[in-house]
Amino acid sequence: MPIFSLVPWVVLIPLIGLILNLLLGRRLGEAFSGTLATLAAGGSFVVAVLLAVGLSRDPHPTVVPFLNWITLDDFSARWAFRVDTLSVTMMLVVSGVGTLIHFYAIGYMHADVRHQGDPGRFTRFFVYLNLFIAAMMILVSADNFLMLFVGWEGVGLCSYLLIGFWFEKGKDGIANARAAKKAFIVNRIGDFGLLIALFLMVANFGSLDFSVVFEKAPALAAAAPGVLLAMTLFMLLGVTGKSAQIPLYVWLPDAMAGPTPVSALIHAATMVTAGVYLIIRSTPLFILAPAAQATVTWVGALTALFAATIAVGQYDIKKVLAYSTISQLGFMVAAVGMGAYVAGMFHLVTHAFFKALLFLSAGSVILGLERGHHHAAHHHGHGSHADDHHAVVEPVETFDPGDMRNMGGLRKTMPVTFWVYMIGTLALAGIFPFAGFWSKDEILLDASLHYPHVYWILSAAAFLTAFYMGRQVWMVFFGKARHEAAEHAEESPLVMTIPLILLAVLSALGGFINLPFKGFHQFGYWLEHTLGVIEFPPFDLVVAGLSTVLALGAIALSWFLYQRKPLENGDPDPLAKPLGLAFVGMENKWFVDEAYQFLFAQPYKALSTFLSQTVDWDIWHEWFHDSVLKKGFIGLARILADPVDLGFIDRVSYWLIDAIRASAESLRKLQNGFVRSYALSVVLGVAAILGYLLLK
Amino acid sequence: MNTIPAEYYLILSAILFSLGILGVLLRRNALVVFMSLELMFNAGNLAFITFARMYQTISAQVVVFFVMTVAAAEVAIGLALMVEIFRTKRSIDIDQMNSLKG
Repeated sequence: MPIFSLVPWVVLIPLIGLILNLLLGRRLGEAFSGTLATLAAGGSFVVAVLLAVGLSRDPHPTVVPFLNWITLDDFSARWAFRVDTLSVTMMLVVSGVGTLIHFYAIGYMHADVRHQGDPGRFTRFFVYLNLFIAAMMILVSADNFLMLFVGWEGVGLCSYLLIGFWFEKGKDGIANARAAKKAFIVNRIGDFGLLIALFLMVANFGSLDFSVVFEKAPALAAAAPGVLLAMTLFMLLGVTGKSAQIPLYVWLPDAMAGPTPVSALIHAATMVTAGVYLIIRSTPLFILAPAAQATVTWVGALTALFAATIAVGQYDIKKVLAYSTISQLGFMVAAVGMGAYVAGMFHLVTHAFFKALLFLSAGSVILGLERGHHHAAHHHGHGSHADDHHAVVEPVETFDPGDMRNMGGLRKTMPVTFWVYMIGTLALAGIFPFAGFWSKDEILLDASLHYPHVYWILSAAAFLTAFYMGRQVWMVFFGKARHEAAEHAEESPLVMTIPLILLAVLSALGGFINLPFKGFHQFGYWLEHTLGVIEFPPFDLVVAGLSTVLALGAIALSWFLYQRKPLENGDPDPLAKPLGLAFVGMENKWFVDEAYQFLFAQPYKALSTFLSQTVDWDIWHEWFHDSVLKKGFIGLARILADPVDLGFIDRVSYWLIDAIRASAESLRKLQNGFVRSYALSVVLGVAAILGYLLLK
Repeated sequence: MNTIPAEYYLILSAILFSLGILGVLLRRNALVVFMSLELMFNAGNLAFITFARMYQTISAQVVVFFVMTVAAAEVAIGLALMVEIFRTKRSIDIDQMNSLKG
């Protein structure tokens, strides 16, 4: 299709947008910056839609060459774009949700940069955001693993830049910077895995192109199954880093230090799903390594349950959502591990809708609380000008606008946010007929057919999902305000609520792209063109019914605990008593960060200290350099200088000089100047020679 | 004609040469030293002539001419030096010409 040649523009438009913003953004102001970046993301979306239209007519995967990158004798890598139903689906999600988030961010960042006291960063934020869209597009549109890796690293960089966007803020002024660093380093461990997988591909297949790798994979699986297993497991390590799975998920909760649109776009809807996309893309490899598939499934399932338990014990509105994201990513990873690629992809799409919605709504809540706090502070005579946002910079403040214990009763003050939040919650909890119900159910259905253990684990996770979302909603929107900021909270402006409403519509209706009834698997049929023929298990009323009952039961339980007797300010969490130690664990993320500190960071630091202090300084520097090298050299120099040079060489040469001088002194006596003595010596010489000749 | 044996000439030549040596070694007057040198030359020449007669060969006689020529040249230079030395030192005592010594 000729329309496919448009595909480079999905990357180029955001790039142009960010360059224009870099050049002109500061000069032309907020409105220009935000609009330009939003238009750039929107342009990408338009291109993606055109591609989707093209694919609907001609669904065969197409490769659009763009640039040659590396050309060697026996290896080449080019930047080519792959247009197929899978990549275009990702493009649509990334640019579609991305555009809405860009739009939302115009409003959010307007308030945020003023609240944080540095309006100059408004443009920078949108530059990063556009850069992220470009990198993510490179990732999903790549035709070889190398370009995929370029995008993979690009989104990692943007993630780092945006988590640390307020790098001088946070606890002690470095908490945000540390969170960014943590994300980067943990991702680096994962990326190391992906890189090793890539090296294995180059070594075994001689190419990184998808087509070549997938074509040669069966031969390798037959010849050396261990290599293929290693390749897929290293790839899984990369996935656990990027998609926040056990054991590398620890960076994602800390990533909430970034502005909320970033949490929504990068750390919920798009970037973190790159790992899921990678596994789906690498299906032909994973199919050949059943052990790797099983590992993927179990990693996903355990992550889903583990993160859900932590989410139950969190108080920060964004932290709950962060652990929920990890948990939902676990669902997707488990699904693709089981081979339920359509289900995984389906959940990826719906999750992008409702999790972006939830995060953006949470941002709206946080801003509402900040406004309320400002309002309240003004009423108490703190601030001098109500409308002067700069006056917000107040002395030591312990108020945390993200703490759910400070909220309550926002249903009345923030009605739009409340209603969209409800839709997002129902979608995430998996209540019929919202999007999450269909996608999660499909995963559970596949699990129930192939992996009964995983099915029960995921069901438990789904139960907890509904429970912690219920807890959150009761705590945030119901009951009564537990802080004067919540009392005076104000609804967000239209620029923020419009994207919320759109995302709410998508969250509500997104499930209908793939209904589990014969003939209604449009999304499955769409992906079939890329993934090959797919088996659609028949709709199972028991599975669907059980999950609905679980979800409703969890919500009812959360109502019983959190709403029957609304929380008062300073009340302990109602779960703390019945669960006891377990709740302390949940509250403290099961001490995983501390365990990692103890197991990896501390020994590593001890090793570094040992290496630097003992090995490098004490042994290498102090002993080897100072004692062995320096002293040895000085000793050798002394030997050479004293006995050898002074004692021998000098003495010999002085003796030689004296000897020559002495002999010269005695010989010069012969040269007495008397001609007759010379003549006598000539005569004697002649006589001697003659005598010799005669006597011989 | 009764010839005188060659040995006599050679003995004469040896005597003359020895006298010349003694003159060079013992006398201090530079002119006398010179004349002693000439005596040695001519002792040599006599020996050459004698051998030339003995072996009936011409080459030795030729050498004598060369010697006489060289001697003449040498005497010319030697006498010139002598004159110069006398002008500066007012003496031709060779024992006083000892400034070139170690």
